[in-house]
Amino acid sequence: MTDARIRQRIRDASATVLMWTTATLIVCVLTCILSDILVRGLSQLSWTFLTAELQDAGRSGGIGSIIVSTGLLLMVTLVVAVPLSLATAVALAEQTRTRSRFTRMVQHSLDALAAVPSIVFGLFGNAFFCVLLGMGYSILSGGLTLACMVLPILVRTTEQALRAVPIEYRHAAAALGLSRATILRQIELPVAAPAIAAGLILGLGRAMAETAALIFTSGYVTRMPASLLDSGRAMSVHIYDLAMNVPGGNARAYTTAAVLIVLLVMINAVTTLLTRRMAGRIRDAVVPEGSR
Amino acid sequence: MTSLWRNILSPRSGDWWLRTVTRTCAVVSAVVVLLVLVFLTTEALPALRRIGISRFVTDEGWYPLSDRYNMLPMIVGTLLTTTGAILVAGPLGICSAIFAQFYAPPSVARWYRRLIELLAGIPSVVFGLWGLVVLVPLLASVGGSGQSLMAASLILGLMILPMVALTAGSAFAAVPPELIRGGAALGFSRFAIVWHIALPAAGSGIAAGVLLAVSRAMGETMAVVMVAGNVVQIPDSLTAPVRTLTGNMALELGYAAADHRSILFISGLGLLVAVSCTMLLINRIAGAAS
Amino acid sequence: MRWKTVLTLGMLTAMIASGCREDSSAAAKATDQSGAKNQLTGRLTLTGSSTIAPLAAEIARRFEQQHPGVRIDVQSGGSGKGIADVRAGTADIGMASRALKAGEQDLEAYPIAADGVCLIVHARNEISQLDNDQVISVYTDRINNWKQLGGADLPITVVHKAEGRATLEVFLSYLGMENPAIHPDVIVGDNEHGIKTVAGAPGAVGYVSIGTAEANISAGVPIRMLPMQGVPATTENVATGRFPMSRPLNLVTSASPAPLSRAFIDYCQSEEVHDLIVAQYFVPTQR
Repeated sequence: MTDARIRQRIRDASATVLMWTTATLIVCVLTCILSDILVRGLSQLSWTFLTAELQDAGRSGGIGSIIVSTGLLLMVTLVVAVPLSLATAVALAEQTRTRSRFTRMVQHSLDALAAVPSIVFGLFGNAFFCVLLGMGYSILSGGLTLACMVLPILVRTTEQALRAVPIEYRHAAAALGLSRATILRQIELPVAAPAIAAGLILGLGRAMAETAALIFTSGYVTRMPASLLDSGRAMSVHIYDLAMNVPGGNARAYTTAAVLIVLLVMINAVTTLLTRRMAGRIRDAVVPEGSR
Repeated sequence: MTSLWRNILSPRSGDWWLRTVTRTCAVVSAVVVLLVLVFLTTEALPALRRIGISRFVTDEGWYPLSDRYNMLPMIVGTLLTTTGAILVAGPLGICSAIFAQFYAPPSVARWYRRLIELLAGIPSVVFGLWGLVVLVPLLASVGGSGQSLMAASLILGLMILPMVALTAGSAFAAVPPELIRGGAALGFSRFAIVWHIALPAAGSGIAAGVLLAVSRAMGETMAVVMVAGNVVQIPDSLTAPVRTLTGNMALELGYAAADHRSILFISGLGLLVAVSCTMLLINRIAGAAS
Repeated sequence: MRWKTVLTLGMLTAMIASGCREDSSAAAKATDQSGAKNQLTGRLTLTGSSTIAPLAAEIARRFEQQHPGVRIDVQSGGSGKGIADVRAGTADIGMASRALKAGEQDLEAYPIAADGVCLIVHARNEISQLDNDQVISVYTDRINNWKQLGGADLPITVVHKAEGRATLEVFLSYLGMENPAIHPDVIVGDNEHGIKTVAGAPGAVGYVSIGTAEANISAGVPIRMLPMQGVPATTENVATGRFPMSRPLNLVTSASPAPLSRAFIDYCQSEEVHDLIVAQYFVPTQR
C-alpha cells in the first residue's frame, strides 16, 4: 500500500519534471531560432526599410511594395477562405451524430487536400487561375491559390471548435425557441471563437510562410501593386530569393524575416484580443459561476 | 403542431437557407479538391500511360534525363523524414500541450502558448535558412556534410511542432471540465488526471492534429530541400542524405519537360493518394475503436 | 464583430495602398518630365531562370523609368519554364541561363551576359589546385579523402547540383562526364545553397557561379575558389574568354519578337546596362 503510494508519488513527480523540461527545451530552441533571426535582422531595420522601394535586387532600398503585396494577398485569401471554411465547418459540424456519406466525403477530400505539396498548388494555381481563368500572374491568383491551400486547416480547426461547444448550450437555446441561425451566430460562434482564431492563426501563418505556391501565381514583380490584378512579390518569396539567389542578400533576407515575424505577432495579438473579448462576453452571459 | 413531431434540434423551415448556404459551401470546398485532383491527373496521365507504374520501382536509379525513373528511394525518403519529424514533434507537441493545459501556471501558460503560435508563423524558408546556416554546420562537426536525414527530421519536426501542440491544446481544452473536476474530487493526482482522463477524452482530437501535422510534413518542400542533402538513395544511417518526393519536385520541376514533368506530377499524385489512404485507415480504426 | 474586423482591415489596407500609389505616381511624373523623348508603350512579361531574374528585374526598372508607358513584369520559375512559356505564348521573353538545346532551335536566343562556373572549397582547405582528372576522380568517388590529393586527412564531401540545372550541364560537359557516373554526398539547388553548404562543411567541394562566389568571399563567407587548368577563377578571366568553364545568360523569344520585346532586348544588350550586370556579379558580353 505505502509502496504503491511511493511509486505513484515518484511517477507524478517525474511526470512534472518531464513536462517542465520539455517546455523549457522547446522555449530554448525557439528562443535560439528567434533571437538568431531578430539579432541578424533588426540591426538593419529602419523606417525607410519598411517604406522605401526595392533597389539593386533587394540588396538595398526597402520592402514597402512587398509588404503591401503581402497584405493584399492575405486579404484575398481571408476574404475567400474564411467564409467558405466557416460555412463548410458549420455544415460538417451540424452532422455531429449522423456522420452521413456527404460529410465523410467532404472531410476525406479536405484531408487529401492537406497533403498536396505546396509546389503542386503553385502549378495548379498557375494552370487554373492564371491561365485558364485568365487572371495572369496576379495577387488575385496568388490569394486564391493560398485560399485553396489553407482551406483544410481552417475547416478542420473550425469544425473541431464548433463540435467542442457543449451540446447543453444548444439544447437550452433551442428550448428557448431560437432559430438555428441565431444559435449559431449568438452562441456557438462566439463560444468557439478562441479555437477558431487559433486555427485562423495557423492558416495565416501557413499562408504568410508560403513560397513555392506563390512563385508561380502571384509572381516576382517588386513594383507597388496598383490593383489586385497586378503581380506582386510576397515577403516569403522575397526572403527565399534573397537567401538563395542573390549573392550578398543574406542580411536583407534576415531583416525581411524579422519584419514578417513581427507582423505575425501583431496579427496574432489583435486576433487573440478580439476573440477573447467576444468569448468573454458570451461566457459571462451563458456560464453563471465561471466553470472555466 | 407538426413541429412537436420533430426533434427539438432539427432545423425549422426558416433555417433552410442556412443549411443550403453551408452545404453549398461544403460542396464548393470539395470541388476545389476535385479541381486539384483533375489537374494532377491530367498532368500525370501521359507518363503513366507511356511508362507504367512498375518502372518507378524497378528502374536502376533516378536519372530522368537518361530515361531512368526509379522513385523508390524518394518514397522511402519521404516516409523516413516524416516518421522522424513525427518522432520529434509528436511527443514534444503533446507534452507541451499538456504542460500548457495542466502544469503551467495560467500566466506562464498564456505566454507559452503565444510563443508556440509564433513558432507556427515562422516561414518554412526561414526554418530552412536557419537549418542550413546554424543546424547543419553543427551536425557537420560530427562528420559528413550535416545535410542529412537527421537534419531534415529535426527541422521538419520543429516546423510541425506548433501544429501538434496547438491542436492538442484545443483538444484538451474541449475536455468537459466536469470530468477533470470529478477526477480531482476523487483524489486523483495531476498525472493520473492527465493520463487516465484528459488523454483518452482528447484522443481523437490529438490524433486529428497529429495527422494534419503528418500531411504537412509530407507536403513540406522548401525547408527540406535546404537541409536534406537531396541525394537519391535509400539512406543507411541518420547522417546520410535523403531526397523526398516534394524536394524532388522543387529541384526539378522548374527545368523538367515532357515525360519528366509528367512523372514529377505522378509523384505528387502518389503523395496525395498515400496520405488519403492513411487518413481513411486511421478514420476507420478510430471508428472501430469508438 | 467579424464584419467590422474585416471592414477595418480592408480599409486599412486600402489606405496604405492608396498612400503608396500616390508616392509611385509622383515618382512616375518626375521621370516623365526628365525623359519625355520616346513613345514606346505596352506591357512585357518575362519568365524563366531564377539566376537571371534579379538582373532582368533591375534592367526592367531602368527601362521603365526611361519609357513611362512601358510595364515589364519579370517572373521567376526556372529556365525550363521560361522556354515553355515563350512557346505557349504566356510570356513575351523567356530567360534561360544556358545555351539553347538541339530541340529548341525554333526559338531565338540573345545573350545579355556571361557567367563562369568554378570549383569552390572551404576556406580552411589547403588544397591549391585540382586538375581535371583529379576532379573527375573526386566526383566519381574514386578519391574520397583530401589526403589522397595532398591535403589534410579529411573525407571529401562532394557537393553536386540537381539534374537539369544549367550550372551542372556546364560542369559535366566541360569534364566530359555523364550524370549517372557521379557519386555526390549532397545535392543542392540554387547557387547560394551550394555556397552555404560548402561554407558549412570543411571537407566539401562544389561548383558555383564565379560571380556568386566572389560576392560571398568579399562578404566574408569562408570559401575559396580553385583555378581551372591554371587559370584563376575571376570574372575578368571569364570576360576575356580565358576561363574554360562558362555559360551564356540568354533572353529567349519566338522566331519573330514584337517591336517592344525587340527594343527591350536591344537595351539589355547595350552598354547602358553594363553597370547593372556587374552589380549582379555577372560578366557583360563583348559584342
